[in-house]
Amino acid sequence: MIEAWLDDFLFRAVLAGLMVAAVAGPLGAFVVWRRMAYFGDTISHSALLGVALGFLLGANLNLMVTIVCVAIAVLLVILQRRQELASDTLLGILAHSALSLGIVAVTFIEGLRVDLMAYLFGDILAVGTSDLLAIAIGGGIALLLLVLLWRPLLALTVHEELARVEGVPVLAVRLGLMLLIALVIAAAMQVVGVLLITALMIIPAASARRFASTPEQMALLAGLIGMLAVLAGVWGSFQYDTPTGPTIVVAAMLGFILVHLLPARLLPQFGGR
Amino acid sequence: MPASEGDPGPLLDARDISLERGGKLILDRVSVQIPPAEVAVVIGPNGAGKTSLLRVLLGLWRPTRGQVKRRRGLRIGYMPQRMQIEPVLPLSVRRFLTLRQRAPRAELLAHLERVGVPHLLDKPVQSLSGGEMQRVLLARALLNRPNLLVLDEPAQGVDIVGQGEVFRLIDDIRRETGCGVLMVSHDLHLVMAGADAVICLNQHVCCTGRPEEVSRHPEYQRLFPTADVQGIGIYTHDHNHVHDLHGEVHDLDDNGTGGSHGCGHAHHHGQGTPKR
Repeated sequence: MIEAWLDDFLFRAVLAGLMVAAVAGPLGAFVVWRRMAYFGDTISHSALLGVALGFLLGANLNLMVTIVCVAIAVLLVILQRRQELASDTLLGILAHSALSLGIVAVTFIEGLRVDLMAYLFGDILAVGTSDLLAIAIGGGIALLLLVLLWRPLLALTVHEELARVEGVPVLAVRLGLMLLIALVIAAAMQVVGVLLITALMIIPAASARRFASTPEQMALLAGLIGMLAVLAGVWGSFQYDTPTGPTIVVAAMLGFILVHLLPARLLPQFGGR
Repeated sequence: MPASEGDPGPLLDARDISLERGGKLILDRVSVQIPPAEVAVVIGPNGAGKTSLLRVLLGLWRPTRGQVKRRRGLRIGYMPQRMQIEPVLPLSVRRFLTLRQRAPRAELLAHLERVGVPHLLDKPVQSLSGGEMQRVLLARALLNRPNLLVLDEPAQGVDIVGQGEVFRLIDDIRRETGCGVLMVSHDLHLVMAGADAVICLNQHVCCTGRPEEVSRHPEYQRLFPTADVQGIGIYTHDHNHVHDLHGEVHDLDDNGTGGSHGCGHAHHHGQGTPKR
């Protein structure tokens, strides 16, 4: 077992997973606070379109995924403003159309055998050194952006109009959040796949709520809990020979259930400020 | 307010504001001036466009026609109508107050003290009652040292006794700091008596002026046929009986005789509850 941990591809897999979880957790806190879970789903489902486009144009996949995700996010915001359809209908239409379009487009690419399952559910064990670098860069930018946008984003989350009156550049901050989500999706795609990315964002954040008494604590704990889920998931997938991405999500879910079954007095509470 | 602001014009000057949304006319050539150090109250029936007007004045919505001029150096303290904070967001009152600007604990405490709720500083915001939240919102608006306080239905979700207290608090703060106040309300009785100017809105400005003038205006009487001018007193009358700054319900019946205060001015206070 020890040898297996030190094995190179496994080390890369774990490192990739830890990096992704460290960003997805804190961002997930915002997704939970702003009730954007379905929004995140829609954006991540469209990531496959970015993959197809990347193959077609011969461009960097991560970059294309980021671009397509931002484009879909902006389109969504514009469509939501028109208010002809309810938000959930709109999200449903876009999420499933984008996913289907992506699958159709990917299978259309000739001379290329694309492993669809790897994109849908992740293929963390196939992470190469260049992927690791891409994740590190994308995740690093996302983390930096999150730190820079933290205060205005929080103000916006609490009360958008109040934030605007107080001088928060709402549009810019919102676009920043979209970019953040897109970056994390591009980075997380290889780890858990487009279908499960949102889970890696919201489950650790939802678990972290029980321990936290400030927004910052919740974000940091969400990152840590996500990292634990990655470790447990990779171990579990090795132990039981199960697909890694879904196993990570199952681990996160078990953690969530455990946290919520424990009575509050048994949980460590971090003091507020 | 410091007189060094220079130009003594109105804080806000809106000329011929029209607003259309979704093909519907919401505001029709509305002109409003908010002078410094006065309490201006916008009243009107439901759907009259009160909150829309406030949004335009705050710069949240752009008017379809017309323009809003702000006095230079205008600092607005805004108290929104509703503050629903997701339970999933762990947020203490202290953190809520410093979302936009950091401030030392002592200063936060002083502002909370001023609105009567210093004990709430470290409480989660979700645990506050409606009245407590209004006070915290007021404290937050004051943190910015505004020269204009903008309040949207400040007494919503507060019981009738608490409402009187919220309005009294706003009036006290106005007198202490000299800031202008712009308030939207549909609660005529509580608000009218404390206002310097009343703007009666129903898409267009029906009438405007001192409360006594507006309440006698035929358009006003047509809009609020049941409004009872006699009920207006609750908020001007008392200066020495106990008010509970914690927003707790008090029985005002023993006040009904009107004998417990010594201001000596003539008024009617309708048993502490407005007549409908």
